[in-house]
Amino acid sequence: MTTPGDRKYSDEHEWALVEGNIATVGITQYATDSLGDVVYVDLPDTGATISQFDKFGEIESVKAVSDLFSPVGGTIVEVNTGVADMPEKVNQDPYTVGWLLKIELADPSQLDKLMDATAYDNLTAE
Amino acid sequence: MADEQALRQTPLHRTHVAAGARMVSFGGWDMPVQYADGIIAEVRAVRQSAGMFDVSHMARYQFVGPDAVEFLDRMIAADVAGLQPGRARYHVICNEQGGIIDDAIVYRITDDQCLLVANAGNADAVLDWLLPSAQQNGGVFFADLTQDVAMIAVQGPEAVAIVDRLCPLPASSVRPFRVRRAEIAGVPSRIARTGYTGEDGFEIMPPADRAVELWRALEAEGVKPAGLGARDVLRLEAGLMLHGNDMTVENNPYEAGLDRFTYIDTPGYVAGGALRAIRDAGTPRVMTAFLMVGRGIPRHGLAVMKDGERVGAVTSGTHSPTLDANIGMGYVDRGLSAEGTRFEIDVRGRLVEAEVVPLPFYSRKRNQT
Repeated sequence: MTTPGDRKYSDEHEWALVEGNIATVGITQYATDSLGDVVYVDLPDTGATISQFDKFGEIESVKAVSDLFSPVGGTIVEVNTGVADMPEKVNQDPYTVGWLLKIELADPSQLDKLMDATAYDNLTAE
Repeated sequence: MADEQALRQTPLHRTHVAAGARMVSFGGWDMPVQYADGIIAEVRAVRQSAGMFDVSHMARYQFVGPDAVEFLDRMIAADVAGLQPGRARYHVICNEQGGIIDDAIVYRITDDQCLLVANAGNADAVLDWLLPSAQQNGGVFFADLTQDVAMIAVQGPEAVAIVDRLCPLPASSVRPFRVRRAEIAGVPSRIARTGYTGEDGFEIMPPADRAVELWRALEAEGVKPAGLGARDVLRLEAGLMLHGNDMTVENNPYEAGLDRFTYIDTPGYVAGGALRAIRDAGTPRVMTAFLMVGRGIPRHGLAVMKDGERVGAVTSGTHSPTLDANIGMGYVDRGLSAEGTRFEIDVRGRLVEAEVVPLPFYSRKRNQT
């Protein structure tokens, strides 16, 4: 699968897609492939605030637990409850139905600390 | 543990890699943890039709000679003398203090020939336990067959019918915990009605140089290759222990709930005295199975809590795709081990409620309609 060029990536394998001052956040295909079948996603409540690169939740596959780190800081305005109920959505497509959070950006300049798709592909190709 | 260069490979290694398996280090071997479709699809295949596992990494030790049975009965808690030739028994191997070195299956092939199948990770420990005494006994001849013989487990509700199509015997005439020689897809093998998934099926031991041929024949019959990840889920659903996870040499078979697989009455059994004393004293904690009531997956090493006190530890846990529930087991204070008792699992700082249930979580008689 190709890495979408419309969004930014962190080296913790999360993505952020910005529309206006809202960033939709999820994990990458690379992260999904490494995890295998996702069976549990623990997400924060809406209204919570988080800082860039802070842990915001946990994702578990059959075999392993991984922490989720937010690629941007701000206020959580929406949580994908569909993923909490049906974690396999993350495997179906982590870039669309498998999104995790929508965050109102605290500081849009934080996006400069993230990679574009090409840089992220280079990172995961290593 | 050995570095990556030194990992051993089974005769099916190339077949796994070519099939797109993800390989991991396990017990000193480079083994498939899952194939392209993933663990859940592999679990489903085994529960609903048939799957197969390369278990050639398990140690296969042969003991032959006039003293072989008597020797094994001095060293392992299996009552081999009480086994008819052609039968197998699951049992524990304990040290002089009653600590579990491994759990294993012993196959009595003939009156004076036995095959012991031990966990890959304990291959050396089992050998260290058995070999020095075997070598001192002129009536026991030891051979390590691990390299020369492969082992493929075919498991699932359709496994027996499928193997029957490849085996004129037929394979279905081999009853549970029996072993015999048979040709499967033209490959002369030893076939045993045993497994580690809670399903019916066989463990087939072909010569190493014909393992790929047998694997392909089974695949052509619709048997789905499955890896260690699925195997771990399946064995846990079936309530089967994994040595190294659920017990170590620090545990005894009574706290592990393996009383039924610990035969201590053979005169001269070296661990008999220690095990009898442990059994009679009773163990403060006991292996306890539980279902998560709250949201969260129990994992090895997490604490079991009750009223703010640590009352045990999780040894195995996973999401069960078959039951669509989060399941676990671990050593818990005996007073909290009765069915229906509630306690909490400390899931990385979050206390999540769990309820004690009987083992196994899944049984094919109960769960299949």
